[in-house]
Amino acid sequence: MNTADQAIKIQGLNKWYGDFQALKDVNLEVAHGERIVICGPSGSGKSTLIRCVNSLETHDDGDIVVDGIAMKDEASINEILSEVGMVFQQFNLFPHLTILQNLTLGPIKARGMAKAAAEERAMKYLERVQIPDQAHKRPSELSGGQQQRVAIARSLCMEPKIMLFDEPTSALDPEMISEVLDVIIDLAESGMTMICVTHEMGFARKAADRMVFMDQGEIIETGTPEEFFSAPKTQRCQTFLNQILQH
Amino acid sequence: MRWKTFLAVTAAFLLTGCSASGNWGWYVIDPTTPAGHTNIKFLLSGFGATILVSIIAALLSMTIGLIVALPGMSQNRLLRWPSRVYVEFVRAIPLLPMLFWVFYGLPVVLKSIGINVSIEAFWGAIITLAISDSAFTAEIYRSGIQSIAKGQREAARTIGLSYGQTMRYVILPQAIKRILPPLANQFIYIVKMSAFASVIGMQELTRRANELVVTEYRPLEIYTLLIFEYLVLVLIISFFVRWLERKMGADESR
Repeated sequence: MNTADQAIKIQGLNKWYGDFQALKDVNLEVAHGERIVICGPSGSGKSTLIRCVNSLETHDDGDIVVDGIAMKDEASINEILSEVGMVFQQFNLFPHLTILQNLTLGPIKARGMAKAAAEERAMKYLERVQIPDQAHKRPSELSGGQQQRVAIARSLCMEPKIMLFDEPTSALDPEMISEVLDVIIDLAESGMTMICVTHEMGFARKAADRMVFMDQGEIIETGTPEEFFSAPKTQRCQTFLNQILQH
Repeated sequence: MRWKTFLAVTAAFLLTGCSASGNWGWYVIDPTTPAGHTNIKFLLSGFGATILVSIIAALLSMTIGLIVALPGMSQNRLLRWPSRVYVEFVRAIPLLPMLFWVFYGLPVVLKSIGINVSIEAFWGAIITLAISDSAFTAEIYRSGIQSIAKGQREAARTIGLSYGQTMRYVILPQAIKRILPPLANQFIYIVKMSAFASVIGMQELTRRANELVVTEYRPLEIYTLLIFEYLVLVLIISFFVRWLERKMGADESR
């Protein structure tokens, strides 16, 4: 349907919170099917950047084009939202709904799907994240890892072309991180375009086509995981890697 | 605690009554005499109007409050501004002057724009109570809705829900638990404030008591009964509010 060259094209993006500049002239192109991992110290603008892609944050300056759709008015934003899924650090499941209802809410209400078809789709994705047996429980009855997998399945139910992950494992207990990362790697291998903000460097090595390092609102360095981990070009990146790989 | 206060107030009333006249006048509301029985029936006949006015006013207030609260939480200043002005303005007007304005003033305003109606005491009271209370219900809605984490709204947005759908399916079902108990509390306020409707001639509990006092000259006894009437009414609602809070609380901790 769309024949844009890039899945995402960000040009000259600037964003301020009052006097504080959160994003400084950010340029980033993501090809179809490309898997990007963004890392950097906290407060470096990683989350802000991907939240701009689906307009959870507004930007002050610059252009964002998602799958050929330029972000400008409400209509174009809605069109972009229908192509982009997002997984949050805090899961953000709807606590008053069952797992199945969490997954079918979007397809039924936003897309007008029939309930039976939506439930069939939901079960398909619950199986994909390996928790079909939890469909009728409430989020609070699930472990953190399971909740995050449900959140991934909820996004997939909207059948997005692009997935954004905002520190998907940062709120998880250590023993649950790998079950979530396995699901994301499985998705990556299926050819989904994705941007993932994470500090899980083992995961980055395995799943990323390209690493993006940000600091103080700027993209400092990009490169393949091999280049990035073995021979970082900048001092700032070197320092950051030393800090997080120390232990 | 409530019972001690109640006993102290009752005792004070009785003592004042005793010292003023030296004899009791409870015969006016003695159910064993035909006259007392008729008087009690007359007084109790105000219950219907008090309850009806309170319920309709509360329902209207809840509706107006929601209509005012929703734009009040918008990012858009143009939407937020009228809502804030409404709340600040309405909250600042005492009930009695507003009642006079609605009952005596509003028909004049309506007439000047070609609508020729007089406002019945019944509707005058409902309109005034509803508007006056709506500023408070709006604030209750606002705090309840804003207590639901921002992440819920964001998640709803990323799965394509519109603003209305997000409110209806995600935010309000969660906020309702925090909104209902204070709303029910607010209902007690409406019941009590409905007594003001007596001054524009609405035949509710207080009006009935006033009319009987004029014919019987027994204010102590009649107003004591009046206070009991409100007490019973409010205790019933209060009991219901407690039950609601427990139910909501139990739900929350599940």
